[in-house]
Amino acid sequence: MRPAELNLVRYSVRLESETDFSGWRDAARRLALNEIKPEDISWHVAADSDRRPSDLPTVPAGAQLAVPRDFIARAETAFCHSDPSRFAFLYRLLWRLRSEPKLLAIASDPDTRRLEAMEKAVRRDSHKMHAFVRFRKIGEGNDERYVAWFEPDHFIVERNADFFVRRFTGMRWTILTPYASADWDGERLAIGPGAAKGDAPDQDDTEALWRTYFENIFNPARLKVKAMQKEMPKKYWRNLPEASLIPDLIAGADKAAKEMIARMPTTPAPHHAKVQAKHWPRREPTQSPNDDDAGSISELREAAKGCRRCPLWRDATQTVFGEGPDNAKVIFVGEQPGDQEDLAGKPFVGPAGKVFDAILDDAGVDRQKVYVTNAVKHFKFEPRGKRRIHSKPNAGEVQACRWWIDREFALIKPELAVALGATAALSLLGKAIPVTKMRGQVIEREDGLRVFITIHPSFILRIQEPAEKEAERERFLQDMREVKRLMAA
Amino acid sequence: MSALIVREKLAILSDAAKYDASCASSGSAKKDSLKSGGIGSTEGMGICHSYAPDGRCISLLKILLTNFCIYDCSYCINRSSSNVKRARFSIDEVVKLTMDFYRRNYIEGLFLSSGVIRSPDETMGEMVEVARRLRLEEKFSGYIHLKTIPESSAELVEKAGLYADRLSINVELPTDEGVKKLAPEKKPETIRLSMARLRQKMEEKAEPTLRTKKRERFAPGGQSTQMIVGADKTSDDGILHTSARLYGSYHLRRVYYSAFSPIPDSSSSLPLQKPPLMREHRLYQADWLMRFYGFSQPEILAGSSDGMLDLAIDPKLAWALRNRGQFPVDVNRADREALLRVPGLGTKVVAKILETRRHRRLRLEDVGRICQSIAKLRPFIIAEGWSPGTLTDKPGLRDKIVRSCEQLSLF
Repeated sequence: MRPAELNLVRYSVRLESETDFSGWRDAARRLALNEIKPEDISWHVAADSDRRPSDLPTVPAGAQLAVPRDFIARAETAFCHSDPSRFAFLYRLLWRLRSEPKLLAIASDPDTRRLEAMEKAVRRDSHKMHAFVRFRKIGEGNDERYVAWFEPDHFIVERNADFFVRRFTGMRWTILTPYASADWDGERLAIGPGAAKGDAPDQDDTEALWRTYFENIFNPARLKVKAMQKEMPKKYWRNLPEASLIPDLIAGADKAAKEMIARMPTTPAPHHAKVQAKHWPRREPTQSPNDDDAGSISELREAAKGCRRCPLWRDATQTVFGEGPDNAKVIFVGEQPGDQEDLAGKPFVGPAGKVFDAILDDAGVDRQKVYVTNAVKHFKFEPRGKRRIHSKPNAGEVQACRWWIDREFALIKPELAVALGATAALSLLGKAIPVTKMRGQVIEREDGLRVFITIHPSFILRIQEPAEKEAERERFLQDMREVKRLMAA
Repeated sequence: MSALIVREKLAILSDAAKYDASCASSGSAKKDSLKSGGIGSTEGMGICHSYAPDGRCISLLKILLTNFCIYDCSYCINRSSSNVKRARFSIDEVVKLTMDFYRRNYIEGLFLSSGVIRSPDETMGEMVEVARRLRLEEKFSGYIHLKTIPESSAELVEKAGLYADRLSINVELPTDEGVKKLAPEKKPETIRLSMARLRQKMEEKAEPTLRTKKRERFAPGGQSTQMIVGADKTSDDGILHTSARLYGSYHLRRVYYSAFSPIPDSSSSLPLQKPPLMREHRLYQADWLMRFYGFSQPEILAGSSDGMLDLAIDPKLAWALRNRGQFPVDVNRADREALLRVPGLGTKVVAKILETRRHRRLRLEDVGRICQSIAKLRPFIIAEGWSPGTLTDKPGLRDKIVRSCEQLSLF
């Protein structure tokens, strides 16, 4: 003991154990409220010290010690660290916090960094305990118990016992460590004294199976010893039954990998031909039915599944083809399927489709009697995180997909087409149309088909202001009433 | 059935599963066995119980139910033409192995995949039965990941979602053309549809039911997929494009990249070389840029000559070197988005910088203390008393940083 310490230290605090946080907290509170400086205190654990503890000052009446809310929880974590100077360090932090309440938010401060480093070490050690405890079974039937030996770096048994209770509730188990033990009898958790490695069972028959698994799940062509050791340092190896295999696996890896690479392809396994004949009778790529042959909407839909007329199929889930009776009097044409339509494979099932359905219903148009389809049949989008942002199909894509639209019209022979929005109008009329200006008008195509122009229902969805939204919905409803009138005419 | 036979099967059926990269046991809903009195818990964060010398963690018992398979995918050791030894676990054996390993704390749970025998539904049905028995008969609350068979029926997949924490379907290769060429019997269209259906199912089940107002449990760990890298000629840009599409379209939790590894008795159409591990590592880093750093897929490799990630430096640094006009960034003023684009600043460090600078201005040394190393950082930031001057635009900057980082590399 240095003389300086003998002379200057006024208070000697004795803690019950290495993990006696409440003892530390009580002492620290009393000392700080009595303005006792960090350098005037020495901290001891009962087991290691025969030094007589000082009588601690009482808390002055009405005195309050305010600390940031997370300090207690963080200090409690750091308290499990094995560093013997932690008691004094945490008191110093407490002392500083009185005049610097934001101290713990300043990540560049040396004391804050030290606290963080200690917490991190304790958390890592806890994590390794969750991972590397290996139970061995003893006894059978009613006597069945699981016992583990583990050597933590810090005082973490008490802290982590609950984790094992939550995980192994239906088991009787004991975890032995050099400084403490935890025991669960199926109903009650008991923390007891430390033990020696020899107190734990030294083998378990299942270990042979575990080692078999460890050996075989390893791919010798991917040897990365440093990456392994970073997460599973050698100090843990002596208590891991699988670790004794590691040196041989490493030593043999290069040879095993080279053999894998060098081994020449051999002739197919004997059963291969039989499997092929049974399950994959047609080895030749099946010709997709000639698009032109489709004599009905369902055949056309089938043919469109493999459409490769433009590159949009690459990123989409599936072709979303038109839907409705094949003798419909009217065909509604939208722009392109959206996120929901792409997943479901049906047109107009997403939010805009719901608006559309509701308004058709209000207008007295029977959705079952109309055919709905899109100008472009694959969803075009930009991925942004977990969302797909709709992007407008270009003229080339609209042109490519007209091939399908034209055939849908040729098979159904409707009396009226409704172009929902500019893309639909472009597809149906072959040129760009100012939709808002020409809304409500009927344009007759050269082939005699009448095309009614209106907006796309998603336009209503995008309006934020409620009154305006309602007005726009009303206008669309009028358009649909007009469509109904045209259908009847 | 004698133990020796199980051990032989385990050797064959874990060997057959070792080429599968995915093994994470994280991201599921919290559950434990306090109420049921059974065994097992998942607490959000996965636990790696061991590490193989290939550096990959062992968190789950990753096995195949069987390695018999009617498919003949040329990159797969279990393809029907392969001369590998075949085995098949019974449902009981898988359940027992899982419980025996879990009770000894070797694993977080089960990752069950399978070759397809007879029909997809028969195989999928057995996998679902394993999960059902674990949950209902063994009262097992640990992690279960099932690799669904793409052609199996919707009802079976729905049942699988009731018992599993996570479901996955492999896209196999980054392009449809690749799948057609190397896995001629697999249909990319069906794989996509399965993923779409899974996303729909998960969204449907996430809605509270009308009667009980409770949300039904359905694959709380979401869905994931895996693709093989380096078996065909797709560029990194193309691979990342596919990933971005998968994340956006099917809300996958993870896309796993698996460097194509030579397999014994390999098909002659494949590259017989060491697996491109560094490329795989860079792809994971680029994937993080999309998921956690606000990068859109096209910008990660915009301006690169060949659409490939630089193997010597990480993708964020490579991006910064190509976009020096956006630097230096002032650590005392820049917003979170700009800070996240600085090479060497991770999400946690950025959070700490933002918190700290509310109370004091940061000097270069302060930043150094917060993030351990500033070798990579220095040319890209302005701090109190520090400006990189012309350093940001120096022609030899890349090589200089490569040299200073070399010793830190994991490989």
